[in-house]
Amino acid sequence: MGLLFSFFAVIILVLLAFGGVQAANLQYLFGVIIPYAAFITFIVGIFYRVAKWGRSPVPFRIPTTAGQEKSLPWIKQNKIDNPSSALGVIVRMAFEVLLFRSLFRNTKIDLRDGPRLAYGSTKWLWAAGLAFHWTFFIILLRHLRLFTEPILFFVPLIESLDAFFQMGVPLLYITDVVFLMAVTFLFFRRVLIPQVRYISLAADYFPLFLILGIGISGVLMRYFFKVDVVGVKELTMGLVTFNPVVPEGIGVIFYIHLFLVSTLLIYFPFSKLMHMAGVFLSPTRNLANNNRERMHINPWNYPVKVHTYEHYEDEFREKMKSAGLPVEKE
Amino acid sequence: MAIPKPEELSKINYKPPQTGWIDTPVEIKPGMFCNASKPKTLQAVDFPNPRTWSVKDEDWKLPENWQEIILEGIRERLSKYRTFRLFMDICVRCGACADKCHFFIGGGDPKNMPVLRAELLRSIYRKYFTGSGKIFGRLAGARELNIGVLKELWYYAYQCTECRRCSLFCPYGIDTAEITIIARELLNLLGLNIDWIASPVAFCYKTGNHLGIQPHAYIDMFNGFIDDIKKVTGIKVEPSFNRKGAEILLVVPSGDIFADPGTFTTMGELVLFHELGLDYTWSTYASEGGNFGFFTSNEMAKRLHYKIYAEAKRLKVKWILGGECGHMWRVWNQYHNTWFGPIDFLEEPVSPITGTKFENTRSNKIVHICEFTADLIKNNKLKLDPSRNDHLKVTFHDSCNTARGMGFFEEPRYIIKNVCNNFYEMPVNTIREQTFCCGSGSGLNASENMEERLRGGLPRANAVRYVQEKHGVNMLACICAIDRAALVTSVDYWAPGVRVTGVHEMVANALIMRGEQERTTDLRGEPLPGKEGGENV
Repeated sequence: MGLLFSFFAVIILVLLAFGGVQAANLQYLFGVIIPYAAFITFIVGIFYRVAKWGRSPVPFRIPTTAGQEKSLPWIKQNKIDNPSSALGVIVRMAFEVLLFRSLFRNTKIDLRDGPRLAYGSTKWLWAAGLAFHWTFFIILLRHLRLFTEPILFFVPLIESLDAFFQMGVPLLYITDVVFLMAVTFLFFRRVLIPQVRYISLAADYFPLFLILGIGISGVLMRYFFKVDVVGVKELTMGLVTFNPVVPEGIGVIFYIHLFLVSTLLIYFPFSKLMHMAGVFLSPTRNLANNNRERMHINPWNYPVKVHTYEHYEDEFREKMKSAGLPVEKE
Repeated sequence: MAIPKPEELSKINYKPPQTGWIDTPVEIKPGMFCNASKPKTLQAVDFPNPRTWSVKDEDWKLPENWQEIILEGIRERLSKYRTFRLFMDICVRCGACADKCHFFIGGGDPKNMPVLRAELLRSIYRKYFTGSGKIFGRLAGARELNIGVLKELWYYAYQCTECRRCSLFCPYGIDTAEITIIARELLNLLGLNIDWIASPVAFCYKTGNHLGIQPHAYIDMFNGFIDDIKKVTGIKVEPSFNRKGAEILLVVPSGDIFADPGTFTTMGELVLFHELGLDYTWSTYASEGGNFGFFTSNEMAKRLHYKIYAEAKRLKVKWILGGECGHMWRVWNQYHNTWFGPIDFLEEPVSPITGTKFENTRSNKIVHICEFTADLIKNNKLKLDPSRNDHLKVTFHDSCNTARGMGFFEEPRYIIKNVCNNFYEMPVNTIREQTFCCGSGSGLNASENMEERLRGGLPRANAVRYVQEKHGVNMLACICAIDRAALVTSVDYWAPGVRVTGVHEMVANALIMRGEQERTTDLRGEPLPGKEGGENV
């Protein structure tokens, strides 16, 4: 249900943009108003969500320790997987955010007769996830060509590296290919592994289809249905300089692409995609394991009702005395 | 209920059912749950809704406004725990956690995949606390909180041992233990506890320990230990209790004082500290390092552990030494200082034997006994004869809590390698930070849920069997009292022939004491290698 709903939702989005531009001539709506609204929603939404998380305190320091702790001086600490200092935490977080270290640990069980359980290393999810996120990021950076004048110095550099193989005209970007393959893999993985399909919701399929739609429309625009690139840049520069213009004859595929991107920006703050910001706040990863060395303060720590020694002795005094235990009151 | 044979129980179907999880109502299966809490145990600690109820009954005798109580409970905890709010929001359902849970591996129930266990609560969160859930309902994975959903939450909150293995693999560090802890807090607002947790909590509050042992009975147990140690070593150890002015307060899990094989660990500690002439005291008031309150609510955990620092203060000791226990150390390491700090009435721990400063404990002033002993061995303060443990082929089980809530790996291994000659590691994906739970942690080591425990125990016990077959391992060492209780059962079932020991039991067996008689048996009264057929057999 979630799968079909999400698929058709994205199809409808495509048709909306197509009809809106092709039939109703709403270029200004799809090229200016919606992108602005989407961008504002994206920024405000993310700030709102992060602020909401931030308002809840971190009462306890509960890192998941994944290596030897700091202990006696002759025992070698694993300073990355079990950090005891801020620097260690920064390195741990960098590994987590940039290289998906936790996911790299992934294993797969295999139960054979006996019973005999075996654990194989499985890196596919890690590899596809990493490929997806990094190519997405590089593609975003490449898009800065459209939003800067003069073009930022590193953009052509990325482009030339990305087109390393010098294939086709226009030059084929490796990231485009890897990106589409990774998203496709993540989709098939979700559908084909029974357990993963079982836990999947519309909220999992929708962003996959949406991002796939963005990728496909982008590729179509670059390699197949050529659009007026000069016109596109005029439009995008108009957006960033708050001087929006809608040049004639850009080509409808561009508006479809832009509308899907806008949808993603709007959808982002309300969805699981917020894991992008959330990973930085995760208390099991971003805290040092140094509780015995440094006190962590819980802002809502409150006194609790306890059973004091005095009560205890009052209840058991005779028995304590007969067992030869010292007591406070005879 | 008869437990099927291992060959039967290990036929596990990992295929999820045809119907989606929201449409698959919970089926509460005998052998997979613990009995309901009794009214008097809840009353003892002023918990809500004390009454007689049974899991099997249709009517769980909840208060009229139970939905309101749960939703208000969720609202409150969302504002108090960033973990909770974040973990409700950011899961992408990648499924990396799915086959990391021992209950899923041993049972195949899809709702034991950590992600789905969390979704049980997340679906309620979405329905009542998010816009998309309110608007899109089921499509957004949201669902109404009805009695079936509540029972499901209860059933699976007590099929998680809070071991955090899943959180190790989660790319966002989502910690199911945190979710289970909060789910159990919510359930406790309605009086939905289990007897195996509620009774120890009530006992612990009154008597200082989970088993409800009163001070005189506590002393009796020690008198038994003293006699047994004298028989084995010829030396009469003289522990002190509730003694003011001692340098160190020793707190261990009470399981080690009242149940084999944990008792041998306590005896080991008595032997070691006697030999060192350590100025330490036991306490009948702080007679429990474990904390079943932690399996109930944060507040109850704090209420139970108050006694430890209070007793240290009353007895005017310098610092605290903690025994071999798993969740006790998670609580001590990650919660204690925050609840009770700053601990300015104690001194920064220094070993009186070696002069080593335990700098990593300078704020909360509690040292792990394995840190203490490893330091002794490193500084050549102990005369050890590891050949006395030559009849043992030992492997080591990392307890989930000391592994992933502390990172306590090398200290116990260093000790073991110095007190016995035959040590073998289990496969790498089953030890250290990737260790498996014994299957009975977080208060689930009852008898009525034996199938659940054996299923959850499969991954650990199976790794034990692997080294048993490969290296002839016959002793499983651990540093946790629940392990010592639970692994015996699990290993008997899945890897018969392997026994369970604490680390300090082996230390004492290898320790050459001044003036000891020639030892012919170990602390269990069993013959040492080469002494078979001796008089003490």
